[in-house]
Amino acid sequence: MTESAAAPHVAPHPGGAEVTKRDFLKLVAGAGAAVGAGAIVWPMVDSMNPAADVLALSSTTVDLAPVVAGQAITVVWRGKPVFVRHRTPEEIARARTDEKARLPDPAADASRVKPGHDQWLIVVGICTHLGCVPLGNRSTEVRGDYGGWFCPCHGSHYDTSGRIRQGPAPANLAVPPYAFEGDTKIKIG
Amino acid sequence: MAGLHKSDFQNPVINWIDSRLPVFTMIQKEYGVFPTPRNFNYFWNFGALAMVNLVIMIATGIFLAMNYTPHATMAFDSVERIMRDVNFGWLLRYAHANGASMFFIVVYIHIARGLYYGSYKTPRELLWMLGVVIFLLMMAIAFMGYVLPWGQMSYWAATVITNLFSAFPLVGEHIVTWLWGGFSVDNATLNRFFSLHYLLPFVLVGVVFLHVAALHITGSNNPLGIDVKGPQDTLPFHPYYTIKDSVGICVYLIVFAVLVFFAPNFLGHADNYIPANPLVTPAHIVPDWYFLPFYAILRSVPDKLGGVLLMFGSIFVLFVLPWLDTSPVRSARFRPVYRVLFWVLVFTVVVLGIAAGKPAEGIWVVVSRIGTAYYFLHFLVILPILGKFERPLPLPESISRAVLGVMGGGGPLPGGAAAKPTMEKA
Repeated sequence: MTESAAAPHVAPHPGGAEVTKRDFLKLVAGAGAAVGAGAIVWPMVDSMNPAADVLALSSTTVDLAPVVAGQAITVVWRGKPVFVRHRTPEEIARARTDEKARLPDPAADASRVKPGHDQWLIVVGICTHLGCVPLGNRSTEVRGDYGGWFCPCHGSHYDTSGRIRQGPAPANLAVPPYAFEGDTKIKIG
Repeated sequence: MAGLHKSDFQNPVINWIDSRLPVFTMIQKEYGVFPTPRNFNYFWNFGALAMVNLVIMIATGIFLAMNYTPHATMAFDSVERIMRDVNFGWLLRYAHANGASMFFIVVYIHIARGLYYGSYKTPRELLWMLGVVIFLLMMAIAFMGYVLPWGQMSYWAATVITNLFSAFPLVGEHIVTWLWGGFSVDNATLNRFFSLHYLLPFVLVGVVFLHVAALHITGSNNPLGIDVKGPQDTLPFHPYYTIKDSVGICVYLIVFAVLVFFAPNFLGHADNYIPANPLVTPAHIVPDWYFLPFYAILRSVPDKLGGVLLMFGSIFVLFVLPWLDTSPVRSARFRPVYRVLFWVLVFTVVVLGIAAGKPAEGIWVVVSRIGTAYYFLHFLVILPILGKFERPLPLPESISRAVLGVMGGGGPLPGGAAAKPTMEKA
């Protein structure tokens, strides 16, 4: 042998000392412990995400056939009320002409319904102010000054497109994701 | 400034916190530099393992409680929902159930270490008694936890064990009605068991804190059972025992993982997958394995009250053990007779456990009775007498002498013995 093996390989180290096997072991052990800790924590955190049975209830299908023009029903989707209103031609026209007016949350009526199904307005029935369920779905309930809905909690008025017109609510009634399956059935969510 | 702790830490943030609440100083003192005997063997890992196990049980338990329903009509189904629908619910459940078994495995070995090496002897009597309190709390927590899934074994174990209290004359029946919150084990019982099962582990944490605090006053025992004479007998806890404990934790996690992932129902009872039925008693009511020796003692006495008293008595003798054992020598390494009798006791406890799993008839009744008798004989008769007559082996002078040999026990290693090997030039 021509060279002494006693001197270890030296690499520059910030502190000026050589990198030792101990540093390597500490790094590997620390990294292993970090991975292990993550592997233990993730299942606990993920167990708080929606479980399989909750996910199974995340879509609701609604049969539209029994809902006649001028009538509105309330269905439950993800634990929330959803208003399904079969609008009359007058209500649709009012929603379209009203767009000239000053809207707190501007939105075209056509953007809030599916093309070819203008008579069906589907909105989440939760006031965007502080979360009450507005009145107006039943024919016996007040519909507010704009023919849509009226929230009795703080006096927000919604029009026949579910848009906020007057009152403290900042936004229009939310349109949930939905799709038509044939002409008389929708799947929400 | 008046009142502030004088902190030795350089980092300004740590110094600020430490001078107002010296947690960093405390950690440094109790787990950093703490002088620990240098001759620990792996049996000294089990206290730390028990602590890790407790953390695992509390963590898995809290997440399970987010999805469990403590009502008699819904409890069983909520557990099945956890197993099937909740993300990683099966893992949480199996980890919690097998974690309970692991906890008892770890604690039984920890207790055996104490018995073998005389860790219960003066000045560690209070430390030992706090440990027995921890053991009692563990048994209460495990018992109530087992009732929560509301299977057949859950329900009938609850019925049998709560009925024990009716053995007490005069007040017995009233105690049982009070415990049940009704006229049988039912929803009221289940609800209160859930509340207490959530509460007692935190009480346990408090008692564990006291247990470790007491330990840090007296210092640890060691396999030789002789006192630490000076710094040459000890090592700082960090890094020597933090690393050794880490190795132990890895082995523990491997055993735990084998149970959880490959045999999650091995230590359990199949009957607990049948929903509780108050009208049908299972053919063989058996508690989980860790209660079996005590169950054997309970059943071995023909008298109801006698069985109850003896079962509680078997744990009570542990409380007074420091005063029962009269030997001045701590470690069984130097007690040749006691060493043998220790293993006889272990064998007895194992046999009692096996007998408890059998129906109470025939040879097993005899076996249980002999085992119970020997258990009490060991603590109440043999130990007090043995200490007076046993001739111990000669104790070593000091720990460092025994561990490092004649050259040790004082200054640095002699130069000749520690020369670094170098490769010769060819």
